[in-house]
Amino acid sequence: MTAATLEPITGRYLRLELSGRPHRVYFEEAGQGIPLVCLHTAGADGRQFRHLMVDADITRHFRVLTFDMPWHGKSSPPEGFENEEYRLTTAGYTEMIVAFCRALALDRPVVMGCSIGGRIVLNLAIEHAAMFRALIGLEAADFQEPWYDTEWLNRPDVHGGEICAALVSGLIAPQSPEAARHETLWMYKQSGPGVFKGDLYFYRVDGDLRGKVGAIDTGTCPLYLLTGEYDFSCSPADTERTARNIKGAQVTVMRELGHFPMSENPAQFRRYILPVLEKIRTGG
Amino acid sequence: MDSFDDAKLAAAFEQLPALLERDPNLIHRGAFFDARFAVGIGAIPFDVIVTAGRVSLLERGPFVMRPWRFAVRASAEAWGRLWQPTPEPGWHDLSALAKRGYATLEGDLHPLMANLQYVKDLLALPRRIAGGRS
Repeated sequence: MTAATLEPITGRYLRLELSGRPHRVYFEEAGQGIPLVCLHTAGADGRQFRHLMVDADITRHFRVLTFDMPWHGKSSPPEGFENEEYRLTTAGYTEMIVAFCRALALDRPVVMGCSIGGRIVLNLAIEHAAMFRALIGLEAADFQEPWYDTEWLNRPDVHGGEICAALVSGLIAPQSPEAARHETLWMYKQSGPGVFKGDLYFYRVDGDLRGKVGAIDTGTCPLYLLTGEYDFSCSPADTERTARNIKGAQVTVMRELGHFPMSENPAQFRRYILPVLEKIRTGG
Repeated sequence: MDSFDDAKLAAAFEQLPALLERDPNLIHRGAFFDARFAVGIGAIPFDVIVTAGRVSLLERGPFVMRPWRFAVRASAEAWGRLWQPTPEPGWHDLSALAKRGYATLEGDLHPLMANLQYVKDLLALPRRIAGGRS
Protein backbone atom coordinates (compact mmCIF):
# COMPACT_ATOMS: atom_id res chain seq x y z
CA MET A 1 0.00 0.00 0.00
CA THR A 2 1.33 3.43 -0.93
CA ALA A 3 1.62 5.93 1.91
CA ALA A 4 -0.76 8.89 1.81
CA THR A 5 0.88 12.15 0.75
CA LEU A 6 -0.12 15.81 0.76
CA GLU A 7 0.44 17.74 -2.46
CA PRO A 8 2.06 21.18 -2.07
CA ILE A 9 -0.96 22.90 -3.67
CA THR A 10 -3.11 25.18 -1.50
CA GLY A 11 -6.52 26.57 -2.42
CA ARG A 12 -8.29 29.69 -1.15
CA TYR A 13 -11.19 31.96 -2.02
CA LEU A 14 -10.71 35.56 -3.06
CA ARG A 15 -13.51 38.09 -2.65
CA LEU A 16 -13.34 40.74 -5.33
CA GLU A 17 -15.53 42.90 -7.48
CA LEU A 18 -15.70 42.21 -11.21
CA SER A 19 -17.74 44.36 -13.59
CA GLY A 20 -19.29 46.03 -10.54
CA ARG A 21 -20.54 42.78 -8.99
CA PRO A 22 -19.16 40.92 -5.99
CA HIS A 23 -17.52 37.58 -6.78
CA ARG A 24 -16.00 34.74 -4.81
CA VAL A 25 -13.17 33.35 -6.86
CA TYR A 26 -11.39 30.12 -6.06
CA PHE A 27 -7.67 29.92 -6.76
CA GLU A 28 -4.82 27.56 -6.07
CA GLU A 29 -1.13 28.12 -5.78
CA ALA A 30 2.16 26.36 -5.23
CA GLY A 31 5.80 27.36 -5.31
CA GLN A 32 7.69 30.55 -4.79
CA GLY A 33 9.37 33.21 -6.87
CA ILE A 34 8.14 34.77 -10.08
CA PRO A 35 4.33 34.72 -10.15
CA LEU A 36 3.04 32.54 -12.99
CA VAL A 37 -0.71 32.94 -13.45
CA CYS A 38 -2.29 30.12 -15.45
CA LEU A 39 -5.59 30.53 -17.34
CA HIS A 40 -7.68 27.45 -18.04
CA THR A 41 -9.52 26.63 -21.25
CA ALA A 42 -13.20 27.28 -21.99
CA GLY A 43 -15.62 25.09 -20.06
CA ALA A 44 -12.94 23.73 -17.72
CA ASP A 45 -11.16 24.92 -14.56
CA GLY A 46 -7.79 25.45 -12.92
CA ARG A 47 -7.21 21.75 -12.25
CA GLN A 48 -5.80 21.58 -15.75
CA PHE A 49 -2.56 23.02 -14.35
CA ARG A 50 -2.21 20.70 -11.38
CA HIS A 51 0.81 18.90 -12.84
CA LEU A 52 2.79 22.13 -13.23
CA MET A 53 2.02 22.96 -9.61
CA VAL A 54 3.68 19.82 -8.28
CA ASP A 55 6.68 20.00 -10.60
CA ALA A 56 9.62 20.99 -8.41
CA ASP A 57 11.62 22.16 -11.44
CA ILE A 58 8.95 24.82 -11.92
CA THR A 59 7.86 25.64 -8.36
CA ARG A 60 11.47 26.16 -7.26
CA HIS A 61 11.51 29.41 -9.21
CA PHE A 62 7.87 30.18 -9.90
CA ARG A 63 4.85 30.83 -7.71
CA VAL A 64 2.28 29.08 -9.88
CA LEU A 65 -1.28 30.38 -9.45
CA THR A 66 -4.47 29.44 -11.19
CA PHE A 67 -7.99 30.66 -10.60
CA ASP A 68 -11.30 29.19 -11.66
CA MET A 69 -13.09 31.85 -13.66
CA PRO A 70 -16.52 32.81 -12.30
CA TRP A 71 -19.07 30.13 -13.33
CA HIS A 72 -16.22 27.54 -13.50
CA GLY A 73 -14.87 24.97 -11.08
CA LYS A 74 -15.33 26.15 -7.49
CA SER A 75 -16.01 29.81 -8.41
CA SER A 76 -19.74 30.31 -8.36
CA PRO A 77 -21.60 32.56 -10.79
CA PRO A 78 -22.45 36.01 -9.40
CA GLU A 79 -25.70 36.56 -7.53
CA GLY A 80 -28.62 36.79 -9.94
CA PHE A 81 -27.03 34.50 -12.50
CA GLU A 82 -30.26 32.54 -12.81
CA ASN A 83 -31.80 35.45 -14.70
CA GLU A 84 -29.11 35.85 -17.34
CA GLU A 85 -27.29 33.99 -20.07
CA TYR A 86 -23.58 33.68 -19.36
CA ARG A 87 -21.38 35.31 -21.97
CA LEU A 88 -17.68 35.93 -21.56
CA THR A 89 -16.45 39.13 -23.17
CA THR A 90 -12.99 40.41 -24.03
CA ALA A 91 -13.38 43.35 -21.65
CA GLY A 92 -14.71 41.23 -18.78
CA TYR A 93 -12.04 38.56 -19.20
CA THR A 94 -9.23 41.11 -19.35
CA GLU A 95 -10.58 42.93 -16.28
CA MET A 96 -10.78 39.64 -14.37
CA ILE A 97 -7.11 38.77 -14.94
CA VAL A 98 -5.87 42.26 -14.14
CA ALA A 99 -8.06 42.40 -11.00
CA PHE A 100 -6.80 39.00 -9.82
CA CYS A 101 -3.15 40.02 -10.25
CA ARG A 102 -3.74 43.34 -8.47
CA ALA A 103 -5.74 41.80 -5.63
CA LEU A 104 -2.85 39.48 -4.84
CA ALA A 105 -0.30 42.27 -5.43
CA LEU A 106 1.59 40.12 -7.94
CA ASP A 107 4.74 41.87 -9.11
CA ARG A 108 5.03 41.72 -12.91
CA PRO A 109 3.64 38.20 -13.20
CA VAL A 110 3.97 35.88 -16.15
CA VAL A 111 0.57 34.93 -17.53
CA MET A 112 0.14 31.65 -19.38
CA GLY A 113 -3.26 30.89 -20.85
CA CYS A 114 -4.55 28.03 -22.95
CA SER A 115 -7.13 28.22 -25.75
CA ILE A 116 -9.46 31.09 -24.72
CA GLY A 117 -6.70 31.78 -22.18
CA GLY A 118 -4.25 31.90 -25.07
CA ARG A 119 -6.48 34.32 -26.94
CA ILE A 120 -6.84 36.66 -23.98
CA VAL A 121 -3.08 36.60 -23.45
CA LEU A 122 -2.84 38.29 -26.86
CA ASN A 123 -5.23 40.97 -25.62
CA LEU A 124 -3.17 41.41 -22.45
CA ALA A 125 -0.16 41.94 -24.73
CA ILE A 126 -2.12 44.57 -26.67
CA GLU A 127 -3.57 46.46 -23.70
CA HIS A 128 -1.43 45.76 -20.62
CA ALA A 129 2.03 44.63 -21.76
CA ALA A 130 3.93 46.72 -19.21
CA MET A 131 2.17 44.95 -16.37
CA PHE A 132 3.66 41.56 -17.21
CA ARG A 133 7.13 40.01 -17.23
CA ALA A 134 6.23 37.69 -20.10
CA LEU A 135 3.13 36.22 -21.72
CA ILE A 136 2.65 32.65 -22.89
CA GLY A 137 -0.16 31.63 -25.20
CA LEU A 138 -0.87 27.91 -25.44
CA GLU A 139 -3.05 26.97 -28.41
CA ALA A 140 -3.38 30.68 -29.13
CA ALA A 141 -4.39 32.55 -32.26
CA ASP A 142 -6.05 35.84 -33.12
CA PHE A 143 -8.98 33.89 -34.60
CA GLN A 144 -9.96 30.33 -35.53
CA GLU A 145 -12.57 29.03 -37.92
CA PRO A 146 -15.48 27.45 -35.97
CA TRP A 147 -16.07 23.75 -36.56
CA TYR A 148 -19.40 23.13 -34.81
CA ASP A 149 -22.59 24.97 -33.93
CA THR A 150 -22.51 26.04 -30.26
CA GLU A 151 -26.32 25.66 -30.09
CA TRP A 152 -25.67 21.95 -29.44
CA LEU A 153 -23.87 22.74 -26.20
CA ASN A 154 -26.80 23.75 -24.02
CA ARG A 155 -30.20 22.25 -24.76
CA PRO A 156 -32.29 19.89 -22.67
CA ASP A 157 -32.31 17.02 -25.18
CA VAL A 158 -28.51 16.70 -25.38
CA HIS A 159 -26.44 16.01 -22.27
CA GLY A 160 -24.31 19.13 -21.86
CA GLY A 161 -21.37 17.49 -20.15
CA GLU A 162 -21.25 14.61 -22.60
CA ILE A 163 -21.45 16.74 -25.73
CA CYS A 164 -18.83 19.23 -24.53
CA ALA A 165 -16.43 16.40 -23.68
CA ALA A 166 -17.19 14.49 -26.88
CA LEU A 167 -16.48 17.52 -29.04
CA VAL A 168 -13.18 18.40 -27.40
CA SER A 169 -12.04 14.78 -27.12
CA GLY A 170 -10.80 14.91 -30.70
CA LEU A 171 -8.49 17.77 -29.80
CA ILE A 172 -6.37 15.49 -27.61
CA ALA A 173 -3.37 13.85 -29.26
CA PRO A 174 -3.61 10.06 -29.74
CA GLN A 175 -0.31 9.65 -27.88
CA SER A 176 -1.66 11.22 -24.68
CA PRO A 177 -1.95 8.75 -21.78
CA GLU A 178 -5.47 7.40 -21.21
CA ALA A 179 -5.67 8.54 -17.58
CA ALA A 180 -4.68 12.13 -18.44
CA ARG A 181 -7.02 12.17 -21.46
CA HIS A 182 -10.01 11.14 -19.40
CA GLU A 183 -9.22 13.46 -16.50
CA THR A 184 -9.06 16.32 -19.01
CA LEU A 185 -12.45 15.30 -20.40
CA TRP A 186 -13.93 14.88 -16.93
CA MET A 187 -13.61 18.62 -16.30
CA TYR A 188 -15.72 19.25 -19.41
CA LYS A 189 -18.29 16.74 -18.17
CA GLN A 190 -18.47 18.62 -14.86
CA SER A 191 -18.92 22.07 -16.34
CA GLY A 192 -22.20 23.86 -15.58
CA PRO A 193 -24.92 24.18 -18.23
CA GLY A 194 -24.14 26.81 -20.85
CA VAL A 195 -20.73 27.69 -19.44
CA PHE A 196 -18.66 26.30 -22.31
CA LYS A 197 -21.07 27.94 -24.73
CA GLY A 198 -20.77 31.25 -22.89
CA ASP A 199 -16.98 31.09 -23.02
CA LEU A 200 -17.14 30.46 -26.74
CA TYR A 201 -19.02 33.73 -27.17
CA PHE A 202 -15.70 35.38 -26.37
CA TYR A 203 -13.78 32.96 -28.55
CA ARG A 204 -15.95 33.20 -31.63
CA VAL A 205 -17.81 36.47 -31.51
CA ASP A 206 -16.40 39.09 -29.16
CA GLY A 207 -12.71 38.21 -29.10
CA ASP A 208 -11.72 38.35 -32.76
CA LEU A 209 -8.28 39.95 -32.61
CA ARG A 210 -7.51 39.87 -36.31
CA GLY A 211 -5.99 43.16 -37.36
CA LYS A 212 -5.18 44.07 -33.74
CA VAL A 213 -2.20 41.89 -32.81
CA GLY A 214 0.19 43.99 -34.91
CA ALA A 215 0.14 46.50 -32.05
CA ILE A 216 1.87 44.03 -29.71
CA ASP A 217 5.31 45.18 -28.60
CA THR A 218 7.35 42.14 -27.59
CA GLY A 219 10.15 44.50 -26.54
CA THR A 220 7.95 45.60 -23.63
CA CYS A 221 6.78 42.07 -22.84
CA PRO A 222 8.09 38.90 -24.51
CA LEU A 223 5.43 36.68 -26.07
CA TYR A 224 5.73 32.93 -26.45
CA LEU A 225 3.20 30.92 -28.44
CA LEU A 226 3.16 27.13 -28.19
CA THR A 227 0.66 24.98 -30.08
CA GLY A 228 0.17 21.22 -30.22
CA GLU A 229 0.35 19.58 -33.63
CA TYR A 230 -2.89 17.64 -33.02
CA ASP A 231 -4.92 20.77 -32.24
CA PHE A 232 -7.23 21.20 -35.21
CA SER A 233 -9.28 23.88 -33.41
CA CYS A 234 -6.37 26.26 -32.97
CA SER A 235 -3.98 24.65 -35.41
CA PRO A 236 -0.25 25.34 -35.67
CA ALA A 237 -1.11 27.18 -38.91
CA ASP A 238 -3.48 29.49 -36.97
CA THR A 239 -0.77 30.28 -34.44
CA GLU A 240 1.88 30.79 -37.12
CA ARG A 241 -0.42 33.10 -39.08
CA THR A 242 -1.01 35.12 -35.92
CA ALA A 243 2.69 35.28 -35.10
CA ARG A 244 3.56 36.57 -38.57
CA ASN A 245 1.84 39.80 -37.57
CA ILE A 246 3.65 40.12 -34.23
CA LYS A 247 7.29 41.13 -34.46
CA GLY A 248 9.36 39.10 -32.01
CA ALA A 249 6.71 36.50 -31.11
CA GLN A 250 8.35 33.14 -30.53
CA VAL A 251 6.44 30.12 -31.85
CA THR A 252 6.88 26.47 -30.96
CA VAL A 253 4.88 23.64 -32.49
CA MET A 254 4.65 20.87 -29.91
CA ARG A 255 4.83 17.29 -31.16
CA GLU A 256 2.44 14.63 -29.88
CA LEU A 257 0.26 17.20 -28.11
CA GLY A 258 -3.18 18.63 -28.78
CA HIS A 259 -5.33 21.43 -27.40
CA PHE A 260 -4.73 20.69 -23.68
CA PRO A 261 -0.96 20.25 -23.41
CA MET A 262 -0.67 20.84 -19.65
CA SER A 263 -3.33 18.31 -18.72
CA GLU A 264 -3.45 15.78 -21.58
CA ASN A 265 0.23 14.86 -21.46
CA PRO A 266 2.11 16.68 -18.68
CA ALA A 267 5.38 14.80 -19.29
CA GLN A 268 5.46 15.77 -22.96
CA PHE A 269 4.44 19.37 -22.21
CA ARG A 270 7.19 19.99 -19.67
CA ARG A 271 9.78 19.29 -22.39
CA TYR A 272 8.47 22.37 -24.15
CA ILE A 273 7.51 24.65 -21.29
CA LEU A 274 10.57 24.25 -19.07
CA PRO A 275 12.96 25.89 -21.57
CA VAL A 276 10.48 28.77 -22.04
CA LEU A 277 10.18 29.34 -18.29
CA GLU A 278 13.96 29.15 -17.92
CA LYS A 279 14.35 31.76 -20.63
CA ILE A 280 11.88 34.04 -18.86
CA ARG A 281 13.55 33.52 -15.50
CA THR A 282 17.01 34.33 -16.79
CA GLY A 283 15.72 37.30 -18.76
CA GLY A 284 16.56 35.69 -22.10
CA MET B 1 1.26 9.85 -51.10
CA ASP B 2 -0.04 6.54 -49.77
CA SER B 3 -3.00 5.09 -51.58
CA PHE B 4 -6.10 3.83 -49.82
CA ASP B 5 -8.33 1.20 -51.30
CA ASP B 6 -12.15 1.54 -51.00
CA ALA B 7 -12.77 -2.22 -51.09
CA LYS B 8 -10.19 -3.01 -48.44
CA LEU B 9 -11.49 -0.25 -46.15
CA ALA B 10 -15.10 -1.37 -46.71
CA ALA B 11 -14.07 -4.91 -45.75
CA ALA B 12 -12.56 -3.53 -42.54
CA PHE B 13 -15.77 -1.59 -41.85
CA GLU B 14 -17.82 -4.77 -42.28
CA GLN B 15 -16.02 -6.11 -39.20
CA LEU B 16 -17.77 -3.45 -37.12
CA PRO B 17 -20.37 -5.71 -35.40
CA ALA B 18 -17.69 -8.22 -34.40
CA LEU B 19 -15.33 -5.49 -33.19
CA LEU B 20 -18.13 -3.92 -31.15
CA GLU B 21 -19.06 -7.23 -29.53
CA ARG B 22 -15.53 -7.38 -28.16
CA ASP B 23 -15.99 -3.98 -26.47
CA PRO B 24 -18.65 -4.32 -23.75
CA ASN B 25 -17.85 -0.85 -22.37
CA LEU B 26 -18.69 0.78 -25.68
CA ILE B 27 -21.92 -1.26 -25.92
CA HIS B 28 -22.78 -0.08 -22.42
CA ARG B 29 -22.12 3.57 -23.33
CA GLY B 30 -24.53 3.22 -26.25
CA ALA B 31 -27.31 1.66 -24.20
CA PHE B 32 -29.71 4.54 -24.99
CA PHE B 33 -28.69 4.92 -28.63
CA ASP B 34 -31.02 3.73 -31.37
CA ALA B 35 -30.55 5.05 -34.89
CA ARG B 36 -30.37 4.16 -38.54
CA PHE B 37 -27.59 6.00 -40.29
CA ALA B 38 -25.65 5.96 -43.53
CA VAL B 39 -21.89 5.62 -43.71
CA GLY B 40 -19.95 6.29 -46.89
CA ILE B 41 -16.54 4.66 -47.20
CA GLY B 42 -15.24 6.44 -50.26
CA ALA B 43 -17.73 5.49 -52.99
CA ILE B 44 -19.16 2.53 -51.06
CA PRO B 45 -22.39 3.22 -49.10
CA PHE B 46 -23.40 1.37 -45.93
CA ASP B 47 -26.71 1.19 -44.06
CA VAL B 48 -26.20 0.82 -40.31
CA ILE B 49 -28.77 0.27 -37.60
CA VAL B 50 -27.72 0.52 -33.97
CA THR B 51 -30.17 -0.78 -31.39
CA ALA B 52 -29.43 -0.19 -27.70
CA GLY B 53 -25.73 0.22 -28.45
CA ARG B 54 -25.40 -2.90 -30.62
CA VAL B 55 -25.13 -3.05 -34.41
CA SER B 56 -28.28 -4.88 -35.43
CA LEU B 57 -27.78 -4.33 -39.17
CA LEU B 58 -24.80 -3.45 -41.31
CA GLU B 59 -25.37 -3.75 -45.02
CA ARG B 60 -23.27 -2.69 -47.98
CA GLY B 61 -25.06 -0.81 -50.82
CA PRO B 62 -25.79 0.43 -53.36
CA PHE B 63 -29.31 1.14 -52.17
CA VAL B 64 -32.43 2.58 -53.75
CA MET B 65 -34.11 5.19 -51.54
CA ARG B 66 -32.89 3.69 -48.24
CA PRO B 67 -33.85 6.04 -45.37
CA TRP B 68 -31.47 7.27 -42.66
CA ARG B 69 -31.48 9.81 -39.81
CA PHE B 70 -27.95 11.06 -40.39
CA ALA B 71 -25.07 10.28 -42.69
CA VAL B 72 -21.33 10.20 -42.11
CA ARG B 73 -19.33 10.08 -45.30
CA ALA B 74 -15.63 10.44 -45.90
CA SER B 75 -13.09 9.75 -48.58
CA ALA B 76 -11.23 6.43 -48.58
CA GLU B 77 -8.09 8.35 -47.72
CA ALA B 78 -9.79 9.93 -44.69
CA TRP B 79 -11.02 6.59 -43.29
CA GLY B 80 -7.71 4.96 -44.06
CA ARG B 81 -5.75 7.62 -42.22
CA LEU B 82 -8.26 7.78 -39.33
CA TRP B 83 -7.83 4.03 -38.84
CA GLN B 84 -4.03 4.07 -38.70
CA PRO B 85 -2.73 2.75 -35.35
CA THR B 86 -1.48 6.27 -34.55
CA PRO B 87 -3.25 8.66 -36.89
CA GLU B 88 -1.42 11.73 -38.11
CA PRO B 89 -2.47 15.25 -36.99
CA GLY B 90 -5.66 16.38 -38.70
CA TRP B 91 -6.62 12.80 -39.63
CA HIS B 92 -7.13 11.60 -36.06
CA ASP B 93 -10.77 12.50 -35.32
CA LEU B 94 -14.07 12.66 -37.19
CA SER B 95 -14.52 16.37 -36.39
CA ALA B 96 -10.99 17.06 -37.62
CA LEU B 97 -11.85 15.36 -40.91
CA ALA B 98 -15.12 17.32 -41.17
CA LYS B 99 -13.48 20.66 -40.39
CA ARG B 100 -10.81 20.01 -43.00
CA GLY B 101 -13.34 18.99 -45.66
CA TYR B 102 -12.53 15.26 -45.77
CA ALA B 103 -15.80 14.12 -44.17
CA THR B 104 -19.42 15.29 -44.18
CA LEU B 105 -22.07 15.02 -41.47
CA GLU B 106 -25.59 15.39 -42.85
CA GLY B 107 -29.23 14.88 -41.99
CA ASP B 108 -30.84 15.03 -38.56
CA LEU B 109 -27.74 15.51 -36.41
CA HIS B 110 -29.57 15.22 -33.08
CA PRO B 111 -29.00 11.48 -32.51
CA LEU B 112 -25.40 11.92 -33.62
CA MET B 113 -24.71 14.86 -31.32
CA ALA B 114 -26.54 13.31 -28.36
CA ASN B 115 -24.32 10.22 -28.73
CA LEU B 116 -21.25 11.80 -30.29
CA GLN B 117 -18.55 10.04 -28.30
CA TYR B 118 -20.21 6.68 -28.86
CA VAL B 119 -20.52 7.23 -32.61
CA LYS B 120 -16.95 8.51 -32.93
CA ASP B 121 -15.64 5.52 -30.98
CA LEU B 122 -17.81 3.11 -32.96
CA LEU B 123 -16.60 4.45 -36.30
CA ALA B 124 -12.99 4.33 -35.10
CA LEU B 125 -13.18 0.61 -34.20
CA PRO B 126 -11.65 -0.58 -37.51
CA ARG B 127 -8.43 1.07 -36.30
CA ARG B 128 -7.99 -2.13 -34.29
CA ILE B 129 -7.63 -4.28 -37.40
CA ALA B 130 -6.51 -2.34 -40.43
CA GLY B 131 -5.63 1.01 -41.88
CA GLY B 132 -6.38 -0.20 -45.40
CA ARG B 133 -3.09 1.15 -46.71
CA SER B 134 -2.18 -0.63 -49.90
